[in-house]
Amino acid sequence: MVDAPKLIEARGISKQFGGVEVLSDIDLDLHAGEIHALIGENGAGKSTFVKILAGVHTPTRGSIKMNGDAVNVTSPIAAQELGIALIHQEPVSFPDLSVAENIVMGRKGGGLLSRVPWATIIADARRYMDMLGVSIDVTRPMHGLSIANQQMVEIARALASDSRLIIMDEPTAPLTPREVDTLFAIARQLRDEGRTIIFISHRLEEVRMLCDRLTIFRDGSHIATQTVASIPEDEIIRLMIGRELKKYMRKHTASIGETALEVSGLTLPGAFEDISFTLRKGEIMGLGGLVGAGRTDVARALFGIEPAKSGKIKVGGRDAKIQRPPDAIDLGLAFVPEDRAGHGIFGTLPVEHNITAAIPGKIAPSGVISRALERGFSRKSVDDLSIRLASLNQPIVELSGGNQQKAILARWLLTEPEVLILDEPTRGIDIGVKAEFYDMIGDLAEAGRAILLISSELPELLSLCDRILVMAEGRITAEIPRDEANQEKVMQAAVPRSGIAA
Amino acid sequence: MTDTTPTREMAPARPTWHVVLVRPETMTLLLIIIGLVGASILSPFFLDASYIMRSFTLTAEMSIVALVLTMVIISGEIDLSPAANMALSACVFAWVQDAGVALPLAVIVGLLAGLAMGALNAFMSIRMQLPSIIVTIGTLIFFRGLAQIIAGDRSIRVPESFVGINAVMVFGVPLPVVIFVLCAIVLGLVLGTTVIGRQIYQIGTNQQAALHAGINAKRIKVGLFLLLGVVSAAAGMMAASRLGSVRYDLVLGGELQMVLMAMLGGTYIFGGRGTILGTFLAAWLLVIVSTGMTVANLLPAIQLTVLGILLIVAIIATNFIYARTQR
Amino acid sequence: MNLVRNILFRREAGILVMIVLFCIAVGLYKPQFLTGQSLRIILLLTPLIMIGAMAQMLVLVGRHVDLSIGSMLGFSAMVVGLMYREFPDLWWVIGFPIAIATGAVLGIFNGLLVTIFKLPSIIVTLGTLSLYRGLTFIISDARQINRSDIPSELKLMSRTSPVFDIPWIILIAFGIALMTYVIARHTQLGRQIYALGSNPEAAPLRGIDVTKVTLVVFALSGALSGLAGILYASRWGFVNPSNTGAGFEFQVIAAVVIGGVSINGGVGTVMGTVLGVLLLGCVAAALPLLGIPGSTQNAIYGSVILIALLIDRSVRQRGAASISRGGA
Repeated sequence: MVDAPKLIEARGISKQFGGVEVLSDIDLDLHAGEIHALIGENGAGKSTFVKILAGVHTPTRGSIKMNGDAVNVTSPIAAQELGIALIHQEPVSFPDLSVAENIVMGRKGGGLLSRVPWATIIADARRYMDMLGVSIDVTRPMHGLSIANQQMVEIARALASDSRLIIMDEPTAPLTPREVDTLFAIARQLRDEGRTIIFISHRLEEVRMLCDRLTIFRDGSHIATQTVASIPEDEIIRLMIGRELKKYMRKHTASIGETALEVSGLTLPGAFEDISFTLRKGEIMGLGGLVGAGRTDVARALFGIEPAKSGKIKVGGRDAKIQRPPDAIDLGLAFVPEDRAGHGIFGTLPVEHNITAAIPGKIAPSGVISRALERGFSRKSVDDLSIRLASLNQPIVELSGGNQQKAILARWLLTEPEVLILDEPTRGIDIGVKAEFYDMIGDLAEAGRAILLISSELPELLSLCDRILVMAEGRITAEIPRDEANQEKVMQAAVPRSGIAA
Repeated sequence: MTDTTPTREMAPARPTWHVVLVRPETMTLLLIIIGLVGASILSPFFLDASYIMRSFTLTAEMSIVALVLTMVIISGEIDLSPAANMALSACVFAWVQDAGVALPLAVIVGLLAGLAMGALNAFMSIRMQLPSIIVTIGTLIFFRGLAQIIAGDRSIRVPESFVGINAVMVFGVPLPVVIFVLCAIVLGLVLGTTVIGRQIYQIGTNQQAALHAGINAKRIKVGLFLLLGVVSAAAGMMAASRLGSVRYDLVLGGELQMVLMAMLGGTYIFGGRGTILGTFLAAWLLVIVSTGMTVANLLPAIQLTVLGILLIVAIIATNFIYARTQR
Repeated sequence: MNLVRNILFRREAGILVMIVLFCIAVGLYKPQFLTGQSLRIILLLTPLIMIGAMAQMLVLVGRHVDLSIGSMLGFSAMVVGLMYREFPDLWWVIGFPIAIATGAVLGIFNGLLVTIFKLPSIIVTLGTLSLYRGLTFIISDARQINRSDIPSELKLMSRTSPVFDIPWIILIAFGIALMTYVIARHTQLGRQIYALGSNPEAAPLRGIDVTKVTLVVFALSGALSGLAGILYASRWGFVNPSNTGAGFEFQVIAAVVIGGVSINGGVGTVMGTVLGVLLLGCVAAALPLLGIPGSTQNAIYGSVILIALLIDRSVRQRGAASISRGGA
């Protein structure tokens, strides 16, 4: 295997987004005819790296060789021509076009006025779908397909592109075990034909079953590349998580007080079912699980963004009806969303306006904004959370991710919330700032706030939380107290027992 | 460890003069000065303030509407129907008073008609969540069509007592200009200093973030559409008073000029940026440009061409400025 | 699982049913509406709108709007009219390539503004609507091209016919519809327009040259408006700088949205659009028969657009509902 010919040699690949380095100096060789796993925590840079290979992003630095020749993958078209296909984590499709067209769209062929060979397209599409064991009418439009079938169409597209390198970014997440088996059989067949496959997955057992070698990324750096057979599982986990985070420990544990939030039987069909828990003052409760398990949906429902269809919410012991976010805010809830750029910040507006967005009544008792009050509140926030900025009038997009997140946290602290819901609060934030956040979260609990912490980072949950709830496929599958919590327990509860519920 | 890595914590703040200079309003002001100088070379009339004031009364109604339209655009929506609204409200007003309804009551009916039109736009765009840009093309045709049904090809006269708003002088300034200035001050204060104004910017910058911050975007947008409807109706009746009669083609094509005023004043077509001051200045700029062209004896058709070019240049310029300040 | 397709199919069947019901209703009241003569009137009302609607359909499918088609029609007609007036000896057929090329140039200008500066097409074309109209005044010196200046062969195209007593102008319109069908359904260009409108973010990931496709769409819109311009001169026998093509965009957009073309891009068929045009033609032909003044036309167009938008939305919602059901 070691002297197998190299298909790809990536050297020194680095990528910055808005001043934050998300990939630094990645060196990676991919052999022809291997299935290569790429693993690491969320935000480790796996997706960014494969998107660079597929021409979606261009690297800030670094070079790529293919079969020994330097190549410039400047666009998805260029990647296609080089024979590199990417199966996106979330299916990218044209909902109004037929399944068959989605499979062949982008295939090289003639000018704009050349004829569309419908008969061939449909026959080809049928063949690939048959190969994948999916029986859907390829002439039907794409929209309305289940997520699993959309994923299968994506896979068929990669097959149809006849590529030498096929990148699968978490392809198995929506699939049933039977579909996964089919996919693996095809992946092995492709490998035996001499093609290379990059396989990104969170499920280590899948990596073991399928892959020849694996590469571990952590915080944008290449940590290790080994043959799968030669590396034990706990070593993989150790390498994925690293040591820096392990060191973090909560300094104090707050004394846990009376019930702040009580939820029973909360259900939103299609998102989550029968969610019940209590959260007490001074408690940090973690909500773990895989991406897509319904954690964010629960948070959104609690905050009234997309309310649940049934179930009860009690805040501070009283029945609460939360239909819209203002209801939630009035009850003393606060929510720091996961998607900072999309749901959190007002990018081009001054930092100050971002900080005071949730307290209009406090900065403008009469409806007219008092500059002095606004300045006062935002100054204090900047000092308390040590937000690093040049000026309060600066557009918030100019701050680093960590400082943007601090500003959003500051916005909510100003509402003096009883219950604070944090959804992946440290995603995309430098390690140093992460530690600051952990301190802040600990301090908030000590000050008597109830905190619901959604996180995909196990060490974060394990070291911060008094209790961890784990969700899988929209249901709570485990409740683990602090002293019993460990990686295995959380992961076991988080992995869906697929096929039964699907 | 590796703390020499230059991870950028923040960009340096730009110096104040820089911030002021790249404001689109500054450009508008500069253009006004250039326009004034250029035009006064063409004709000495130009430095006569009362001449410019009188010219301004011709577009004062549309300028007033453009102020509210600016707020609508900042909130992330757009309305192309206010000119048609002006025509229909004015027709409804003239028609009911022609049918014998008392004048004050007829004015109220006209305003209610405008409110109803604003409500239709709000219903389609906000409640039904259809893109306002397409919806208001539909309502633009619809309102204009209704005006055509009411008025046919004739013009409906308005009573003598109602005619001549442009001849009323307040300290030597025509009443429509006074109303425009007052509206600009009030709306400028609302947009610049109140919570509602702040939230309009926030909604237009990132509606999802506004939702997550507990801001009721729908209510504010509905309110803006309703306000625009009523103000358009008032503007329509002001035009009726100035012209002495109403036809269905009152301010035909006026949506172009109103959007143009907002764009020239630096309102960002995608929402979140812009000021009342900018639109206020742009309204004067347009008057100077069009009066200048009239004085220079240019065909009205050329003025149409110039308006079209100005609109395109204005959007390109504001997009360019905002793209630069965004980084 | 063919629910969605059924709805789409029903959309076209629905328009057909509406046309039939409308004709029967009007026919019961005024039997002369159901004669061949009135069919001829209906068809003669529609060729310009038909051609404009084909162009606008492609533009809307690609998730854009072109408001300037009326002005492009007027400008192209004026260019050709001036040519006929100033050079009466030229072969009249030359007018066709000139009108089409003139329109295409204007369309490409729209397309360049949209693609280079990444501006919303609706605002760009609102600006060029005014710009092109003004240019029409300038090149014509604000004077009309009269009946006597337009070659009689061109005017005869609206009356004489090669086959079945159907005038040339109608045959050309249906020819354009057929051509649009072939483009939309059977060329790479057509499928890429649908793909682009269906998911603009995905298009570049799938190797679609968004700039090129967008430019071609706007060029086609201009070229077809230019063709409509010379046919306007044929049909009405004059070209007026202020009237020719004014409000054309509204009739066309009304026809297209009735025909089931979605303003959200990606959805629309030539068949639906043709039916939408015919329905508008029936309404326009029936109004005078029923003694309804022509001044109601705009209100009808406007309300039809609004209703079509609401129908479009409810179809989309049903589609979305079927996604969540299918996704379980």
